[in-house]
Amino acid sequence: MTYTARLRVWRGDTGGGALTDYEVEVNEGEVVLDILHRLQATQTPDLAVRWNCKAGKCGSCSAEINGRPRLLCMTRMSVFEPGETLTVTPMRTFPVIRDLVADVSFNYAKAREIPSFTPPPDLGPGEYRMKQADVGRSQEFRKCIECYLCQNTCHVVRDHEENKPAFAGPRYLMRVAELEMHPLDIADRVADVQDEHGLGLCNITKCCTDVCPEGIKITDNALIPMKERVADQRYDPLVWLGRTITRRRDRPARG
Amino acid sequence: MIETERHEYDVVVIGAGGAGLRAAIAARERGLRTAIVCKSLFGKAHTVMAEGGCAAAMGNVNENDSWQVHFRDTMRGGKFLNSWRMAELHAKEAPDRVWELETWGALFDRTPDGRISQRHFGGHTYPRLAHVGDRTGLEIIRTMQQRIVALQQADHAETGEYESRLRVFAECTVTELLTDDDGAMAGAFGYWRESGRFIEFSAPAVVLATGGIGKSFQVTSNSWEYTGDGHALALRAGANLIDMEFVQFHPTGMVWPPSVKGILVTEGVRGDGGVLKNSDGERFMFGYVPDVFKGQYAQTEDEADRWYTDQENNRRTPDLLPRDEVARAINTEVKEGRGSPHGGVYLDIASRMKPEEIKRRLPSMYHQFKELADVDITAEPMEVGPTCHYVMGGIDVDPDTGQSRVPGLFATGECAGGMHGSNRLGGNSLSDLLVFGRRAGLGAADYVAAAGRRPTARTGAVDTAAATTLAPFGPPERGTGENPYTLHAELQRRMNDLVGIIRTEAEMAEALEHLGELRRRVRDVVVEGHRQYNPGWHLALDLRNMLMVGEAVASSALTRTESRGGHTRSDHPGLDPEWRHRALLTTCVRDGGQEHGDVPRIAVERTERAPMRDDLLALFDLTELEKYYTAAELAAHPGARPQGGST
Ligand SMILES: Cc1cc2nc3c(=O)[nH]c(=O)nc-3n(C[C@H](O)[C@H](O)[C@H](O)COP(=O)(O)OP(=O)(O)OC[C@H]3O[C@@H](n4cnc5c(N)ncnc54)[C@H](O)[C@@H]3O)c2cc1C
Ligand code: SF4
Ligand code: SF4
Ligand code: FES
Repeated sequence: MTYTARLRVWRGDTGGGALTDYEVEVNEGEVVLDILHRLQATQTPDLAVRWNCKAGKCGSCSAEINGRPRLLCMTRMSVFEPGETLTVTPMRTFPVIRDLVADVSFNYAKAREIPSFTPPPDLGPGEYRMKQADVGRSQEFRKCIECYLCQNTCHVVRDHEENKPAFAGPRYLMRVAELEMHPLDIADRVADVQDEHGLGLCNITKCCTDVCPEGIKITDNALIPMKERVADQRYDPLVWLGRTITRRRDRPARG
Repeated sequence: MIETERHEYDVVVIGAGGAGLRAAIAARERGLRTAIVCKSLFGKAHTVMAEGGCAAAMGNVNENDSWQVHFRDTMRGGKFLNSWRMAELHAKEAPDRVWELETWGALFDRTPDGRISQRHFGGHTYPRLAHVGDRTGLEIIRTMQQRIVALQQADHAETGEYESRLRVFAECTVTELLTDDDGAMAGAFGYWRESGRFIEFSAPAVVLATGGIGKSFQVTSNSWEYTGDGHALALRAGANLIDMEFVQFHPTGMVWPPSVKGILVTEGVRGDGGVLKNSDGERFMFGYVPDVFKGQYAQTEDEADRWYTDQENNRRTPDLLPRDEVARAINTEVKEGRGSPHGGVYLDIASRMKPEEIKRRLPSMYHQFKELADVDITAEPMEVGPTCHYVMGGIDVDPDTGQSRVPGLFATGECAGGMHGSNRLGGNSLSDLLVFGRRAGLGAADYVAAAGRRPTARTGAVDTAAATTLAPFGPPERGTGENPYTLHAELQRRMNDLVGIIRTEAEMAEALEHLGELRRRVRDVVVEGHRQYNPGWHLALDLRNMLMVGEAVASSALTRTESRGGHTRSDHPGLDPEWRHRALLTTCVRDGGQEHGDVPRIAVERTERAPMRDDLLALFDLTELEKYYTAAELAAHPGARPQGGST
């Protein structure tokens, strides 16, 4: 079942660009990334597209197909009509580098702002004991392949450059939740998540969950529970006071 | 003089997979200024694809496990060709390395009593693989990525800068290593993929952790990164490669649809109960247990099935023989006409486990088949066949420190050789990365401390490297104007057809001829466009490395006239004890009469392996060793002496 597909691919760089039309052969079972590779091999060798595993495991090949954020390597051509023109564009929320490749450094910067795993001081390597039931939730979040599709989709920063400094995005708010739900982590990140990492800006629209290729329930399982913890802590003065004191004692350097 | 950005570091780690990250952590923890350079984004290296698990004799599931048993399994898997010292260090240190990951935040699957759970894998006597469902590599990469972030946060607290001691140069490709006038390491040269701009690192120690070579083959589980860069860089810098004839073909890759052919189906499917069947519905592996493993595997389906629940009283299923055996068996079944419609065999877990259980234990496999092949693995069998997966051969290094023959040049992970002998056991790579990544990082740190001076790259070396890199933009005037994609496809096809699972002298010779032809054509390679994120240009440069590595594999395979592990010669089908103690070294030929810019030639020479230490040899029964060793080599074995002690 071979046919010729019509593709409109965004070509350009930081200076600007435009959609360019191509016609490419498609064979049975192929994914959009295969088609872009065929374009590279036969028509336009310098077409820039980022990819690595071609198996939905590394999260490199994120882009938008007909405006929908997707992994290029996990989107089969068979989900489109053969007559349909596919429009492939880079992720919109991040600055473009060239063609389909976006500058995702925003995400690496946000990753550094989340305080890291903090183990109990008295447990040595090999002494960790955790029940499967207790690690399951954080394990769900650790399935994240860092494709940044959720970051790209969230309306708080999509087309809202001004919110970027104050918003970690669903992926990193979920990282906070992951550490908070880790059975052995002793740090407290709840106090900062609302303002410093911008949980307050999230209005639980679930758009992030909708695009997650790993099917992680970002909103229901990470963001909403974090909002609940924030609410608990904020409005219970005793909890608030208690936590503030422990934090000071635990981490004098960071205050 | 072309404009080049310059950086000074104590240690430059090339590669951000498990091995590179572990090495960088070790060097930084020693207080050294460390750079990590990688072709992909940080956190996307090939290690993320590892599925099944990480082998370590923690004894959490079966307490009879110990480093000695792991050591024995590893040596058997490699058919006694492994660097025994590496196999020893690996077996002893792997548990500590896995536990350490937990202190950095890793969350492995648990046993009922809360410890790290361990699963069965081919060639491992006991359940030994720490895992997280079937995404273990992702967990390991993410944990170390986050450990690096934690170290950067600590540096930030101390110095006000995240990158004051540890910096990641992502999407940056190294094209040449730099040496000083005495041949010692002086740094590395490369380009930013994004801009095409050049970059030079000046450093007394370089750690290569660039992974494998699979992209030289048509059907492979490997990603585009696997172009053998580290192997080729090391050769050109004066280091040797060892055991390059040994390439692992994983028995179970996807075979359909064509665009996903080669993508891995984890061995965890078989470890958890999946079985191989041919088109007659027969579990054919029972017919393929080789003599050296006779008596170690179940002989009936009943016994094999009982083994999953009772390992004390039953022998394991031959579906879990080492990979080389299973890959050859599948190859034979298909050749003899008992294959599946798309040229593979069936891997059936649907009829052996409840759908929910399959989805829980093998979520990515379920997802992968559903999305990419429209196959529901909880309802129907998968179609699978061999795929080029791993290279056992690699840079020849000192087992304890990872240092190559070139002072200051270290190597670790898949690009280093020796540890796995002629065939790697599943799960032994992730643990290899941790154990020897750390050791290489420490080795580099010790070297820098002892060297006490900063070497200077040979004059003109950077300009030469830059000129070679730019050559595809200005090919020879009367050249044929070759397309890099076409050359790559041709190289892959030749390697697959001629240097694949089953090899002959005539095929190796033919392969070398084609590689020679490609070497000529690569001179004329031309790329369009400019230097900014230009994949055609990147491929043109990678081709040089793939050609060198392809020659190393084909020449070594031509020289070794026996069959063992990941090297099967149908014209020399037997295991030859005289070949066990020999190793093949690949070197770069400096004065091969080539013109400037040509891909350097390689040569293969024989050498002897160091004999195994007596106390390690004594861990094996004499009768087993006699299957592999010459009588003379076994004179020192306790069993060989009349008064001999027990093992
Ligand atoms: C699908 C799959 C599943 C696997 N499953 C398992 C498993 O379950 N258990 C197991 O033990 N093993 C498994 N393996 C094998 C194992 O994953 C690899 O051998 C291992 O991850 C290699 O790690 P590494 O650190 O050596 O290199 P990689 O993780 O491949 O990293 C190589 C790094 O080097 C960089 N690099 C390469 N060339 C250059 C250059 N020229 N300049 C700059 N940077 C460069 C790359 O960008 C990358 O960052 C699997 C392999 C595959 C393909
Ligand atoms: S749920 Fe919150 S984080 Fe997710 S897309 Fe909506 S606003 Fe953004
Ligand atoms: S949470 Fe999902 S969508 Fe977001 S980065 Fe991770 S894998 Fe991608
Ligand atoms: S290439 Fe890795 S997720 Fe698409």
